[in-house]
Amino acid sequence: MSGALSLPARRTPPGVFVALVLTLAIGWIVVTVDGGRLFSVPTTVSLLHVAAGLGLVAVGQTLVVIGGSLDLSVAYVVSLSTLVAAETMAGDDGALLPAIGLTLAVSAAIGLVNGLLVTTARINPFIATVGVGLLLKGYLDNGYDGPAGKTAPALVQSLGYQRVGPVPLSFLLLLAVAAAAWFVLARTRFGHHLFAVGGDPEVARLSGVRGSRVLVTAHVLCALCAGLAGVYLASRLGAGAPRVGTEGLYDLESIAAVVLGGTALAGGRGGVVGTVGGVLLLASIDAIFNQLEVDVFFKQVIRGVIIIAAVAVYARRAMRKAS
Amino acid sequence: MSGLLPSPLLALRGIGKSFLGVRVLDGVDLQVRPGEVHAVVGENGAGKSTLMKVVAGVHQPDEGTVEFAGAPRTFRSPREARQAGIGIVYQELTLLPERTVAENVCLGREPLRRGLVDRRAMLSHTAELLASIGEGSIPPDTRVGRLGVAQQQVVEIVKALALDARLLIMDEPTAALADHEVDQLYALVRRLQEQGIGVLYVSHRLKEVFDLSTRITVLKDGRAVATLDTADTSADQLVRHMVGRELSSYYPGRAKPQELGPVRLTVRGAGNRKLRGIDLRLRAGEVLGVGGLQGSGRSALARALFGAAPFSTGEVTVDRAPVRLRSPRAAIRAGIAYVSEDRKGEGIVAEQSVLDNALLAVRAVRAVGPGRAGRGARTARVRELLAAVELRAAGEDQEVRFLSGGNQQKVVLARWLALAPRILLFDEPTRGIDVGAKSAIHDLVRRLARDGAAVLMVSSELPELLGMSDRIIVMRDGRIAGELPAGASEEDVVALAVGTAREAAG
Amino acid sequence: MRIARPPQLLKVRSGGLTPIIVILAVLLVLLTARQPDFLSPPSLMSFLGRSAPVVLLAAGQYFVIVSGELDLSVGSLVTAQVVIAARLIDGDPSAGWPVVVLLLAFGIAVGLVNGLVTTLLRVPSFITTLGMFLILVGAVYLWSDGAPKGSLSEEFRRLGRSAFEDVPALGRIPYALVVLLAVAAAALVLTRSDFGRTLVAVGGNPRTAELSGVRVWRAKTMAFVLSGLAATLAAVLIGGYSGVSFQAGAGLEFGAITAAVLGGVALGGGRGSVVGAMLGALTLETLFTLMNFYGVSGALEPTVQGAIILLAVAAASFRVPSR
Repeated sequence: MSGALSLPARRTPPGVFVALVLTLAIGWIVVTVDGGRLFSVPTTVSLLHVAAGLGLVAVGQTLVVIGGSLDLSVAYVVSLSTLVAAETMAGDDGALLPAIGLTLAVSAAIGLVNGLLVTTARINPFIATVGVGLLLKGYLDNGYDGPAGKTAPALVQSLGYQRVGPVPLSFLLLLAVAAAAWFVLARTRFGHHLFAVGGDPEVARLSGVRGSRVLVTAHVLCALCAGLAGVYLASRLGAGAPRVGTEGLYDLESIAAVVLGGTALAGGRGGVVGTVGGVLLLASIDAIFNQLEVDVFFKQVIRGVIIIAAVAVYARRAMRKAS
Repeated sequence: MSGLLPSPLLALRGIGKSFLGVRVLDGVDLQVRPGEVHAVVGENGAGKSTLMKVVAGVHQPDEGTVEFAGAPRTFRSPREARQAGIGIVYQELTLLPERTVAENVCLGREPLRRGLVDRRAMLSHTAELLASIGEGSIPPDTRVGRLGVAQQQVVEIVKALALDARLLIMDEPTAALADHEVDQLYALVRRLQEQGIGVLYVSHRLKEVFDLSTRITVLKDGRAVATLDTADTSADQLVRHMVGRELSSYYPGRAKPQELGPVRLTVRGAGNRKLRGIDLRLRAGEVLGVGGLQGSGRSALARALFGAAPFSTGEVTVDRAPVRLRSPRAAIRAGIAYVSEDRKGEGIVAEQSVLDNALLAVRAVRAVGPGRAGRGARTARVRELLAAVELRAAGEDQEVRFLSGGNQQKVVLARWLALAPRILLFDEPTRGIDVGAKSAIHDLVRRLARDGAAVLMVSSELPELLGMSDRIIVMRDGRIAGELPAGASEEDVVALAVGTAREAAG
Repeated sequence: MRIARPPQLLKVRSGGLTPIIVILAVLLVLLTARQPDFLSPPSLMSFLGRSAPVVLLAAGQYFVIVSGELDLSVGSLVTAQVVIAARLIDGDPSAGWPVVVLLLAFGIAVGLVNGLVTTLLRVPSFITTLGMFLILVGAVYLWSDGAPKGSLSEEFRRLGRSAFEDVPALGRIPYALVVLLAVAAAALVLTRSDFGRTLVAVGGNPRTAELSGVRVWRAKTMAFVLSGLAATLAAVLIGGYSGVSFQAGAGLEFGAITAAVLGGVALGGGRGSVVGAMLGALTLETLFTLMNFYGVSGALEPTVQGAIILLAVAAASFRVPSR
């Protein structure tokens, strides 16, 4: 009765990359037949820009999801961060670093609140982060009708628009953050403990892991990533935008990217490499639709279907595993 | 070894522990010497697991002292006990299947190098540990989920040893192992012994206890009733220590021959992932007891008959008609009711009222039997049933969570009686219920049989099993190990359950 | 069974209606202190009529929440229904009733999809319904090319904006209030029916329900259908009262959830009453009216909702340990 129960290896989830290649291949054919070009420089650049913004949020989301939690406040943190950054900079390059520091500090504080609500107050993560999201939404709706502040020109020129070949600086930032997250997960005690807490909190406790501390840290890191995404968006838009996070659907799309990347929604399994794949997949679909000049609203319908389908596929896999 | 006995590694004195007013451990004394395998045996519920958890720092004793390596200690958490050098191998595996062997072994104390996890040290440390107990063939960088159960058990042991443990607690380590894997485990335990590690070995299986241990402590009802040298003890003596108890409580009489009716339920050649080759017949008016150790398939049998974890093979008939019990709903429609051992998780809806709980099944399957009656009549009938089971509650609107265990069980029973079931399956009907309410439940079970129901009752409490049953089947390893008539002794049941009967024969 | 039952009206149970009634009363006193004629029949009737849609949605949400799920698609469903109605009616007075029937069918269909995806495909309901949110919003924009088309007929709008005039003592009774009372009565009957009681058991302990012969998937799906129906009725009233807009239903899902939580319905299921949820909606509307009188911006409403959700859930998690 031993041996027979071993599961197929699923160390690095290749599924999402196969899907990515297939999507790009099919997309390329369809776009070409349609008379467009998928792999032109402008298309690639805009694809990577879309990926950078979503990717920063999704990498942070990966950490909390691995820990068995969830953060639905990220969209509002993104919006708030663009405003904090742009208003503090007020178009002055000298205020660049203090502004970024302040933005990250505000984000981290929100993450801390999320983490404490989930661990100390023992509120379901979904409800806790939606509640915090609503608090932020009210603040944003009340204080802002439209864009505010002015991003420092230096930031706009660098993070916003600078490229290395077809690769935007922002995408390199994403790769750096993803690499850092990968390193943290693989090479720090925090990372190892995060997998344990997400995999089985009781096992973690019996093994001497301090679960609350680990989970709070994950929430702070997640919010920091969302804050960074806000700084990036401020550099793109040149100002703070109070609704950019929600309109960009950063909450749902980041979860979709995480799930597509093979991270278990129940926690304990997954990684940032898959998430980056998921982000690229979503960005590619977006780029293909753009090339085909598909209606934005149709795109939104498809986004909804993809999110539900991704989670449904994951749920089936988890069910098979359980039985 | 010189003539002097080595000083004990672990000494427990007068350990007492209660949960919610129930005394689980009562003045337990126990000593483990270095290099000794000290077995702890006892029936289900004798307090073995709780005692182990006290030593491992999971629970704190209400009274008594724990002395470890010559100094009195108070372990406030598993972390502290581990740091002191006590490793524990739990009954359920505490491994993360998605993580590698090394990651599991080092969880909570990963080796660091310049502040980062030193993966190389982790792998080599794990490989060393595995090699030191002769299990070098398990690669430390494999995901635990890919290993077989026996190898996972080894990883669990290595995890417990990883912190230079001087005392290792093993709680039913063979529960999930096949025979040849058990041999490997034996060899492992002997090697640990040679290294001077003390082992506290909990097991139901007497064969293992005799094969491995130097001394045996018998727990019964939370007390240590005997500590014996294994070499001077026979299996019969041990079983007598484990069971010997006054049959003080009152049980209702058994079925008279004329009360037995036609065959209600037959099962032929049925099995699933946990059960094999099940054949049984259940007659109207009869209480069939099901005994066996935890994990022997006794609960799985009841759940299969109720369609909660259905049979995948074999045939079942109810009142001579073949039925397919694919789901609880199908079983209910066939006239079967099931009282789960997990009352809180599967029996009650804690925050709903007495009346809502009692009406739940009738509301769910309206088409069956008397449930067809109008709403008013139905509610009236359930009220009668609540009276008939002598429920004590502040009112029918009281939330069930505020009732005692016994009264919760009566509500569950009333829920089923409202459907007038022909077959009743009880799994541990009196678990966690105080003595007075126990005999009320026993009376009810017998009354239902007298009224023509066929009853199957799973119980780990030997007095209950023997006192209530007209016939007993004993489960072992997913099979029916044997059948006993009314009037069988506790020794008979234990012998079938642990397998000494078979060994005597072969 | 021993002991006679206490009279139904006098019992005060935890999770009962007492807290919400007290809160509502306090708010009404504060409101009357500020605006003495608030409780006069004309003002009160108009307040109740205005509040009717949210109260309907809270009733619908009650069924979903008590079964252990959440419906975040109701706001978008309201928008969708209003836009659909306008396009189909397109000012044609005779189209009113057939369109209402069609809308009800559409509401049922959306509820069915939400329910079946959640139960059979095992997608967490917040993902299912947020996905549905995206799909509905995208689809109505797509269908109407970005701007609402057509118009609602006067006949259709009567339900939402007209009233029984010259009623003795009360003056004007809005049709919306009549619809609300009818729905409230129906909801009350439903919660006391076999279905309603079984649904609470499903939310309270799905294992017990399943083992007692309840078809859990069916009960939950029915709850989503009821929520879809409630959203449809709310859409008819909102369309009548405020006309066609893509913002018709924006944010209503969180209003409904906050109302239910405020009224003592436990997130996670198994506890609460539909009357509580509806009183919660009235309380929330009273609170917003009060805030309005004190000059607090309506944009802060989400913050208030977020705070209420967090406080209520935190309070409940301390009251009922280990859920």
